[in-house]
Amino acid sequence: MSHIPPPPCINSHFEQKAALGTLYLTATHVIFVENMSETRKETWILHSQISSIEKQATTATGCPLLIRCKNFQIIQLIIPQERDCHDVYISLIRLARPVKYEELYCFSFNPKLDKEEREKGWKLVGLSEEYNRMGVPNNYWQISDVNRDYQVCDSYPTEVYVPKSATAHIIVGSSKFRSRRRFPALSYYCKDNNASICRSSQPLSGFSARCLEDEQMLQAIRKANPGSNFIYVVDTRPKLNAMANRAAGKGYENEDNYSNIKFQFIGIENIHVMRSSLQKMLEVCELKSPSMNDFLWGLENSGWLKHIKAIMDAGIFIAKAVAEEGISVLVHCSDGWDRTAQVCSVASLLLDPFYRTMKGFMVLIEKDWVSFGHKFNHRYGNLDGDPKEISPVIDQFIECVWQLMEQFPCAFEFNERFLIHIQHHIYSCQFGNFLCNTQKERRELKIQERTYSLWAHLWKNRADYMNPLYREDHSQTQGTLRPQTAPCNFLYKFWSGMYTRFEKGMHPRQSVTDYLMAVKEETQQLEEELEVLEQRLADLKKVQSNNRKENSKQQDQNTHLGLSASNNSIANTPQDYINNVKSFPSRSPSQGDEEDSALILTQDNLKSSDPDLSANSDQESGVEDLSCRSPSGGGCLPSEDSGKDSDEAVFLTV
Amino acid sequence: MEFAELIKTAKVENVQLSCPGLPPIKGTLCITSHHLLLSSQPGGNGEPGTVELWLLIRNVDAVEKRVASSLGTITLKCKDLKVLQLEIPGMEECLNIASSTEALSSVDSVMMMYPFFYRPQSMKLKDGWQLYPLQHYYQQIASETGAWRLSCVNGDFTICSSYPPAVIVPAAVDDNVLKKAARFRQGGRFPVLSYYHKKNGTVMLRSSQPLIGPNRKRCQEDELLLSAVLDGGERGFVIDTRSAQAAKQARMMGGGTEPKSSYPRWKRLHRPLERGRPLQESFIKLVEACNDTSLSVDRWLSKLESSKWLAHVKGALSTACLAAQCMEREEACVLVHGAEGTDTTLLVTALAQVILDPDCRTLAGFQGLLEREWIEAGHPFHFRYAHSAYSHARLKQEAPIFLLFLDCVWQLGRQFPFSLQFSERLLLMLFEHTYASCYGTFLCNSEKERCLCEVKEKTHSLWSWLNQPSEWKKHLNPLYTYNALVIWPSVEPQSLQLWQGLFLRWIRSSQYLDEAWAEVQRLVTSHEDAPEESAGHTRCHSQPDAAYPLTITGTANEG
Repeated sequence: MSHIPPPPCINSHFEQKAALGTLYLTATHVIFVENMSETRKETWILHSQISSIEKQATTATGCPLLIRCKNFQIIQLIIPQERDCHDVYISLIRLARPVKYEELYCFSFNPKLDKEEREKGWKLVGLSEEYNRMGVPNNYWQISDVNRDYQVCDSYPTEVYVPKSATAHIIVGSSKFRSRRRFPALSYYCKDNNASICRSSQPLSGFSARCLEDEQMLQAIRKANPGSNFIYVVDTRPKLNAMANRAAGKGYENEDNYSNIKFQFIGIENIHVMRSSLQKMLEVCELKSPSMNDFLWGLENSGWLKHIKAIMDAGIFIAKAVAEEGISVLVHCSDGWDRTAQVCSVASLLLDPFYRTMKGFMVLIEKDWVSFGHKFNHRYGNLDGDPKEISPVIDQFIECVWQLMEQFPCAFEFNERFLIHIQHHIYSCQFGNFLCNTQKERRELKIQERTYSLWAHLWKNRADYMNPLYREDHSQTQGTLRPQTAPCNFLYKFWSGMYTRFEKGMHPRQSVTDYLMAVKEETQQLEEELEVLEQRLADLKKVQSNNRKENSKQQDQNTHLGLSASNNSIANTPQDYINNVKSFPSRSPSQGDEEDSALILTQDNLKSSDPDLSANSDQESGVEDLSCRSPSGGGCLPSEDSGKDSDEAVFLTV
Repeated sequence: MEFAELIKTAKVENVQLSCPGLPPIKGTLCITSHHLLLSSQPGGNGEPGTVELWLLIRNVDAVEKRVASSLGTITLKCKDLKVLQLEIPGMEECLNIASSTEALSSVDSVMMMYPFFYRPQSMKLKDGWQLYPLQHYYQQIASETGAWRLSCVNGDFTICSSYPPAVIVPAAVDDNVLKKAARFRQGGRFPVLSYYHKKNGTVMLRSSQPLIGPNRKRCQEDELLLSAVLDGGERGFVIDTRSAQAAKQARMMGGGTEPKSSYPRWKRLHRPLERGRPLQESFIKLVEACNDTSLSVDRWLSKLESSKWLAHVKGALSTACLAAQCMEREEACVLVHGAEGTDTTLLVTALAQVILDPDCRTLAGFQGLLEREWIEAGHPFHFRYAHSAYSHARLKQEAPIFLLFLDCVWQLGRQFPFSLQFSERLLLMLFEHTYASCYGTFLCNSEKERCLCEVKEKTHSLWSWLNQPSEWKKHLNPLYTYNALVIWPSVEPQSLQLWQGLFLRWIRSSQYLDEAWAEVQRLVTSHEDAPEESAGHTRCHSQPDAAYPLTITGTANEG
């Protein structure tokens, strides 16, 4: 552990009150411990979460360091000594940019599970079970071993599902005609109507090249859906981009060469446009007390919601083709690992209610992102690399899910917190799931033997991630989700819970989700209890009728006593539970805190399941912190004589 | 009866009604003095004889007609923002219906309006009109302090035509002082008590602007009145809802704002809030943007921005927070006024009370608040809500100040989902009733006019309808728990949202959101119905609000 002598410093979160404390750097975290003796609040930041470190101009109080995190937290440290500041800066630069996988947190993270539990954790989500669930292999689809040892395509998984009529020869031939050899493979199969979603990279068609095997491959996909006489080929790029690729010997399918395809462009911008769009949106979020117009203008100017809508529209198009027309779809972009992953997973989510459950969502990410070689390491900058490779690809997918949750509040088994925690761990490198760029790399690193699985961790704490409005028998949890397509501009909203999640004061102060979850649990518990009691009553009645003797009354009373005694354990449960509910912050607004605002801790603060998240949020949830966003905290009306004639008051922030 | 003259064609067969999101319906259209009715006919897709449309003509904001050969199409754009289309066979019929609807919807005489004709069997006239008398409110204050008295100086409306007969004023000030102070305030609206903050005894006053004028006039009585509010060395804040510059400019027109020299213990704070025409235009622009379904996401955001509606929401909430902050944190008294003291002033004082006072967040308390701070306080409902966002009529006095208030309350409810006893439904209902109603509650501009028109004798009160147990229940928030604390909202742009339930109500389907709401209700209800624990555990859930049974019995007693 590199341990830098703790310089005293001030940590301030933008408008929030500054706090004096001590900074520690460890091999994995930046830790800030506040001096306030009662609380000693701690802020923990994983090095892998650090997105940028900025040294700002020295002020009278010291040298400021601005740390921006990939989970959208921003921290400013003011370090009294210039030299200390420089040291911290240099150390952090190095620590935040590991060069070897072995330096990442997951290799040192130990949740104190034994080997067996670790293995069980990794088995929680299994892809072959998933393909079985979809109904493959079957008469039309088979598992192909053509990619064993990653011979054909090193960014694909070893087990790939392809049409039965596609021979190894066709697959290999087709792969040679596809960028990075990413040949068409099955992503989703709809057993109700045999329609499927396949994915690939762009064809190397240039201006005129053809490939017989590739044409046969597409033909085979069509034939695997006997009811249909064509397939859609969806190129998720803007047409201009695809055409530009032709000059480089790549491009898109020529409808004349492929029989029975319908070709369709859906203009989703590339990773560079997305990166800068997010950047612009985050700049808007960083504005200090922006006006409504600054905010809306900035949001529009970032184009972020437009991009989200483009991804969603592509998913909706594909889901519609599969569910309503019964037509199979082949999706690609350039390399088929970014936009293709987004679009396939959005479409799957719309089509299949299973993916809207907690387990199903894990499976979906494993299937469309992890196994098909989405380049997690490059996109999320886990190891030091080319900054131009970084792009919020999966963040956009996660936001699409949130936007759907807003439109269909009863359709998802999980809640917003689940999405936020997944986003956090995609960057945290605390678990091995999202390490590396491909399955091949992960196997070589023996990830499963050396790290733990996030899914097991989330599953263990699933109570925290439940959507109380979800019911298996609710109409929204059945069948295909059909989002409104027109008019839908206003259906896309800024996701404050994600991008300003550390500005607690901005969020609703009372959590409906947590309250309803508590209510639901309590109801369940009481009902179960009633059942037990009724059962006992029934038993008693039986006993009573059997013992109709002279002293039956006496006996009866005895049994009654027996009942209440034996039932103690049950009777205790609701008591504890009620206590629980009573102390449930969102429902006990009073507790006479001096703050006086109906300040309710939401979300993470209640949940200590995740050390990192809770450490962060504890730090954030303090009542005083929150106050700065509300007038209560400002507390500084101008003194009577401030400013001579200008009566204009300072109503802080807000 | 002059209505008959306005109705040129009373009945047309084979009219097709369509509104977005529903299949068109064919039926017989009838036009009466106050309603457009469409009952489906045999052979149509509805049950024959069922009334498919029962539209209060007062609700029609704009009538647009298009005639092609023998088929005419009338588009009715309603004040509650809904848009209906009628296809009427026969050109003459179409033109007649259009012009009759137009004429009937623009009848301006209060006494000709529907509330004067509406006589539901289940309700009695005069019920509900005396539910929230100022005397009650005064008694609550009097039980805490003797510093205030109820003055009937305006008993015959001669001192201030827009004030109610009774007002609460400092006990130390006699009626003669009030009379003189009234002459120094626009429209006679001298400073009166709006809210007493029990926790620390501070008060919020409201008034209109002082008539300082270009010659910097002073009025001893007005100064006396204001200083009587402050104890010893206390200081107060004047929150002027105009910019410092606008307040200064108002002097040219005879108005102005309290100068420091004459009111040394009052510190002025300026918070410009939009009102009047610009606010109405903001509303119109927003509704236009919502209806323009061809927009891309980006254009939508820029249209939303350029309507400035959310900026007005932010402004109103921040100013109300400022007033609340002055009282709660600075423990100082506050006087709020703009120019006339009938619009933005009431917006700020009413909102601040919702933020500060848990009693105003109950359904009964909210009614009382509206009664005290909007209706009796002389908000000119008749002028402000004559037309809504679609009207082509030349705007006179229209401005959706009350809608802005409802929107702000909705934002509070969104940020504090457990703290309001009433649901969004109540706010939507109030919005509709301010523009067109069968009840008299929002008629006229002041108590004086209401007296002249005998509104309280000849119309039913919205409250007595709302307070019927079945209606009451429908407007409750199932998540409500009494929350004694001040609810400080965040007014950051990231925290404020477009009120979709209102502005997009007729544009997008809310099926899935309604289902979610039903699910919330189901969860909470099944929780309440869950087996009661024998061991005598107290339920954690909301304690029943005392005001509810009281209100109900109140209504019953009068009946």
